[in-house]
Amino acid sequence: MIFSRSIAKTSLTAIFFLFSVCFSVAVKAQDGKALFSANCASCHAVHKKLTGPALAGVEDRWPNKENLYAWVRNSAAFLKTGDAYANNLYKEYNSIAMNAFPGLKTEEIDAILAYIKTVPAPGAAGATAGAAAAKPVEADNTLLFGILTLILAVVALIMLQVNSNLKRLSDEKDGHPYLVPIPFYKNKSYIAMLTVILFIVGGYLTTKGAMALGRSKDYQPEQPIYYSHAVHAGTNQINCQYCHSGVAQGKQATIPSVNVCMNCHMAINEYKGEKIFNEAGEEVDGTAEIKKLYKFAGYEEGKPWDASKAQPIEWVRIHNLPDHVYFNHSQHVKAGQVACQTCHGDVQKMGEVKQFTDLSMGWCVNCHRETKVQFKDNGFYSIYEKYHADLKSGKMDSTKGVTVELIGGTECQKCHY
Amino acid sequence: MEQKKHWQSFGELNQSEAYNKDVKDEFKEELPFVAEEGKSFLEAKAPRRDFLKYLGFSTAAAAAAASCEMPVKKAIPFANKPEDVVPGVAKYYATTYVQDGDTISVLAKVRDGRPIKIEGNDLSPLTKGGTSARVQASVLDLYDTSRLRFPTIEGKEVTFEAADKAIAAAISGPVVILTSTITSPSAKAIIAQFLAKYPGSKHVTYDAVSYSALLLANEATNGVRAIPSYRFDNAKAIVSLGADFLGTWLSPVEFAKQYAVGKKLDEKKPEMSKHIHFESVASLTGSNADEKYLHRPSETAAIAAALLSAVNGQAITGIEDAKLKAGIEKAAKALNANKGAALVVAGSNDVNVQIIVNAINNAVGAAGSTINWAETNNTRAGVDGEFAKLVEEMNAGSVGTLLIHGANPVYSWFDAEKVKSGLKKVKTVVSFATKVDETAELCKFVLPDHHYLESWGDAEAKSGYFSFLQPAIYPLFKTRQWQDSLLKWSGAAEDYITFLKNFWSVQLGGVAGWDKALQDGVYTTANGTVSAGNFNSAAVAAAVTAASSAKKGGKIELVLYEKVGIGAGQGVSNPWLQELPDPVTRATWDNYVIVSPALARTLLNIDLNNGGQADAYEVNPPKKVVKVTVGGKSIELPALIIPGTHPETIGIAVGYGRTAKVGKAAEGVGKNAYTLASLNGSAVNFSSNDVSVALTGEKYPVALTQTHSRYDTAQGNRTEVMKELTLAAYKHHPTEIREERDTELKPWGGLEKFESQGTLYPVFDRPGIKWGMSIDLNTCNGCGACVVACNAENNVSVVGKPEVLRGHEMHWLRIDRYYSGDMDNPNVVFQPLMCQHCDNAPCENVCPVAATNHSSEGLNQMTYNRCIGTRYCANNCPYKVRRFNWADYTGADSFGDNQRGIVNDVVLDMNDDLTRMVLNPDVTVRSRGVIEKCSFCVQRLQEGKLKAKKDSRPLADSDIKVACQQACPANAITFGNANSKESAITLNRMENPNRQFYVLEQLHVLPGVTYLAKVRNSEEEAAAHAEKEHA
Repeated sequence: MIFSRSIAKTSLTAIFFLFSVCFSVAVKAQDGKALFSANCASCHAVHKKLTGPALAGVEDRWPNKENLYAWVRNSAAFLKTGDAYANNLYKEYNSIAMNAFPGLKTEEIDAILAYIKTVPAPGAAGATAGAAAAKPVEADNTLLFGILTLILAVVALIMLQVNSNLKRLSDEKDGHPYLVPIPFYKNKSYIAMLTVILFIVGGYLTTKGAMALGRSKDYQPEQPIYYSHAVHAGTNQINCQYCHSGVAQGKQATIPSVNVCMNCHMAINEYKGEKIFNEAGEEVDGTAEIKKLYKFAGYEEGKPWDASKAQPIEWVRIHNLPDHVYFNHSQHVKAGQVACQTCHGDVQKMGEVKQFTDLSMGWCVNCHRETKVQFKDNGFYSIYEKYHADLKSGKMDSTKGVTVELIGGTECQKCHY
Repeated sequence: MEQKKHWQSFGELNQSEAYNKDVKDEFKEELPFVAEEGKSFLEAKAPRRDFLKYLGFSTAAAAAAASCEMPVKKAIPFANKPEDVVPGVAKYYATTYVQDGDTISVLAKVRDGRPIKIEGNDLSPLTKGGTSARVQASVLDLYDTSRLRFPTIEGKEVTFEAADKAIAAAISGPVVILTSTITSPSAKAIIAQFLAKYPGSKHVTYDAVSYSALLLANEATNGVRAIPSYRFDNAKAIVSLGADFLGTWLSPVEFAKQYAVGKKLDEKKPEMSKHIHFESVASLTGSNADEKYLHRPSETAAIAAALLSAVNGQAITGIEDAKLKAGIEKAAKALNANKGAALVVAGSNDVNVQIIVNAINNAVGAAGSTINWAETNNTRAGVDGEFAKLVEEMNAGSVGTLLIHGANPVYSWFDAEKVKSGLKKVKTVVSFATKVDETAELCKFVLPDHHYLESWGDAEAKSGYFSFLQPAIYPLFKTRQWQDSLLKWSGAAEDYITFLKNFWSVQLGGVAGWDKALQDGVYTTANGTVSAGNFNSAAVAAAVTAASSAKKGGKIELVLYEKVGIGAGQGVSNPWLQELPDPVTRATWDNYVIVSPALARTLLNIDLNNGGQADAYEVNPPKKVVKVTVGGKSIELPALIIPGTHPETIGIAVGYGRTAKVGKAAEGVGKNAYTLASLNGSAVNFSSNDVSVALTGEKYPVALTQTHSRYDTAQGNRTEVMKELTLAAYKHHPTEIREERDTELKPWGGLEKFESQGTLYPVFDRPGIKWGMSIDLNTCNGCGACVVACNAENNVSVVGKPEVLRGHEMHWLRIDRYYSGDMDNPNVVFQPLMCQHCDNAPCENVCPVAATNHSSEGLNQMTYNRCIGTRYCANNCPYKVRRFNWADYTGADSFGDNQRGIVNDVVLDMNDDLTRMVLNPDVTVRSRGVIEKCSFCVQRLQEGKLKAKKDSRPLADSDIKVACQQACPANAITFGNANSKESAITLNRMENPNRQFYVLEQLHVLPGVTYLAKVRNSEEEAAAHAEKEHA
């Protein structure tokens, strides 16, 4: 995927330099990807049927572009015109109306269409996938240092013994009375030394253990439904915010309610994708999992769905901050423009979700120390006149930028109140 | 120590021994508190060995607990998410606080389906976003554990269907609907519909504290039984004859807003309204008056008559007291000087007094300017005479069915026995009470009504000013709106919400208009018409004659008054209101007999000018109990000495002494003083001309907070806490306070350079935001709305009376009361004091664990999880605003029930699952052993900043209103970013350079809160003031 994108970029750049045309199209294709994942991806894939048809070649299928625009903006209204192609399409997809997008401008629809063209068919992309692997592993010197320490310790011990033997010899030579040597396990200095070492090691381990209490990195509980983010967010490219709709509005990202699931799964009632395996390596029957959803939704296939029969799904909570921590998703996602993956890891590759970080205060604070705020892009920060002046005059390192810490992001009452 | 102009307590005034000892200690008790008297630490309940045992056990327990697995937590989303509801994001719904007649437009803040805070509705043309302590506390009533949870017949639970059936069978004429004042037009229509169905039936309005005299006087002079609109904002001269219009009289929130207009001082054009107050017992409004005169309650009519003749340029007769006479002359002069902008109000429930007041208002041209007859005030409509007649009818057996809503006459009618016997003779009695109150207890059918936050409805506090109710939460219990019951019983097919929608859709132009009105919460048809009414002076002469022949009072007289927090008794079951120190007496959790310092000398044998006796009175909570007897009825209550009370008058608050069934907070608190009232013609007389008072020899502890939170050392002596001057002095020398400050700070660089030169530490940058607050002591009237708002917003715990007695109250914001001048009739100033968020905070550098430190935005941060409870910070705080959690008030302890017996029942009740629904989820609930204090509502600051960031724009003033600022009915509190050039706080500081001061500025703690000095509109060049200049 990444690789194919860079090919597209390179080739388009080349075209720009060679012929000085199509610059705008190139930009649009990039926008198109964002528009596609924000608006279309929840029901359409490019090369695969989901709730709606696969979009590859969509322009060729429609008799003319004007009809397509009208359809996208308001499909229900367009159906009323009696267009044969549209009505057949509607019937083919179980008479589920396509959402209306009255806000999409013609250029934006064009950008989406342009993007659709740039997405290669799955077979084509596979060939180049292996190349990016095999990262150089950094040499780990810990073992070496450990062995060295051990050798030195043994040498030191031998030297001590030799020293005491020599002392005994010299004492005998000088005629001093010879004292029976104390065995090393009764030697007070050894015992003291051992105690100190034990105390330090024990203390370190206890502290570390205590700090780990209540933390649950890599927590991956079994959920009532095997919901695979890899299938939804990965393969099908559904935007995170389609389901986690509260993420830009409030403190909770929110887990989607059953009716959000049913938006798509009214139509998608079986799983036909690649095989899914759970953590234990057993195969998961995707279709059976969809049936579980139907049970929660109170939906019987073939009959109209009565949403009021739905029961909430009791998911097992994974990410859990203590009560005395205030965390707001919208602060990070909307104001801070932080990607979901920064804290949650590559969710689009996870089957059942697992906690990616330890969510410890140290981890939070580290990020606040290193992350730059949207200092120039967000009008809120215009009040920090001094920093703006310093950045301009070069007094402040512009590569380092204004970090969250610099505007008070590591102070207690940013999270604890 | 230098002599202070302002004093908080008698000990402070006398500089008594006990006071000086007390102020050296931060905390009231010596450690350890558990040791019994006369025993050493080792013999105490928890000696060293026990301590080690506990330590060992708890370590082992903690280790065992820690080795357990993490509990599995669930995350349960909605089954079907309602549109526009985002978990964790608050929604605000416009509704209306309706409590008996009181009607105030508010917004209910709803978090995840539950209302957690009440805010004023800025769109209301009457209250303009103002609230009162009782409005703020009303959200807690929703979660009151003592609410009735289902309909009952003879105390047994039934369904509404069963109750309807039984009542339909039992209703027999004539039917009487007994209610407190109803301001709802739709409810009035429903009552009319019901009455039409049952011919011969009637509707009687009963107000516990009625305005009968005012209504009847207006009927006599203006031909309408109504109360006009008062416009204190238009008045340049205000004379009040005992009307506590800022605290309890008629519509205090609206009046406080208006009053503040006249008290707001423009430094460039210093002009203020003049308020002269006559009263018998110290009240909130009297405390705010520019000039205050004391009189016996029996003299009220004579004063009114004298004022009338003085206004008309005649000689004053019938007033012997020289001071009082001078006061009347002054009042008349002020009124005449401001003809057309003058207003007289009277709190008396004597028709003659009100008729004379109407005549005065007519003489000074109030009608049409400060009094508007085109818009009537509908919040009080009950006339006692009508209720008295109903009681007679009930006793005569001529009432078949009685439906009671809002009224509780068995408790609040002076002759309760007669009401009780009457109720027995009524065949069917139905109560719509939300709790089993004194009256509902005697009713066969009780069909509990919704709380106002669960209700639909409308209200018309003033004619032409409508306000709407919409539910902010689904009904918690099996309750039903009383309007629904009436509709059902009158055979209507529609329910109340349909009725209401139909009722309003016609007037508002369809459903869209109705939706808009609901969204705004208010709708106004009043078009600003002002009418002077038709004054008819025919009744005046008779009233004046009656006034002059009024019976002279006996040795001691009595005034029954309402407290700001408790009202006529509505607030008594609300722990927030019970723990709110009364603005005037600073007492919590009780009612008591107010006596003057002069009466204390003879009655209680306490001379406050004698240091030792003042201490004995003040330092020990137990107060002497007196027995008050009026016409054969008597009650015993502790006596509190309150300056500003007439020497021959005592005062007792009504509203206390309730049945335990109305709530844990009311249980065993105070005595019912309504029994001491009497009926005078058509109005209940809340004063008595002749009472006998005697010591019983017993003592009873009263939880007074006045002497708490004080601290005087050589470093932190509190001479400079308060600054006050007269308007005359200010005009004469506007920069006086500024010069005073500059002189004081001269050795450290003066005003300009004090920050950098007054310290060895470097001065820190404040990029971006610097939070600042300003409090205008001129407009602040001390009502306490901010205190309760702070409790609600910040989950401040209720600690109960025993803990308040030990000085353990938790309020983050307190309102200090300062006296100055004559002890018998002092001037009073109120000063709200919270954490000052010092930039050079003394608390911060003594914390051994850095649990309290400074933010780059100027906040003094408190981190509860880091706090280990040394209390060094509280000790080092010169303002005494840090609070320590001495016990587990919040139920945060992991072992559920182990605070039983340590904290009292009210606190445990506050931790009930139901009551806890009121907690603000954005604010940590503090556990035992940590310090807490005002955070400047940091959760609101963060929310406001985030809002601006999301919109990619600089912070605006409108993004943030801290809780106390939002609640204030007088706009006394300004808050914002002091670094911004356009913010309100910057403008406030720029526009008021002369009155601005910091509390204890010389300590160089650099507070973040500025105060604007109190300016009193009195002509006298205060001698004390000049004296202080030289001190």
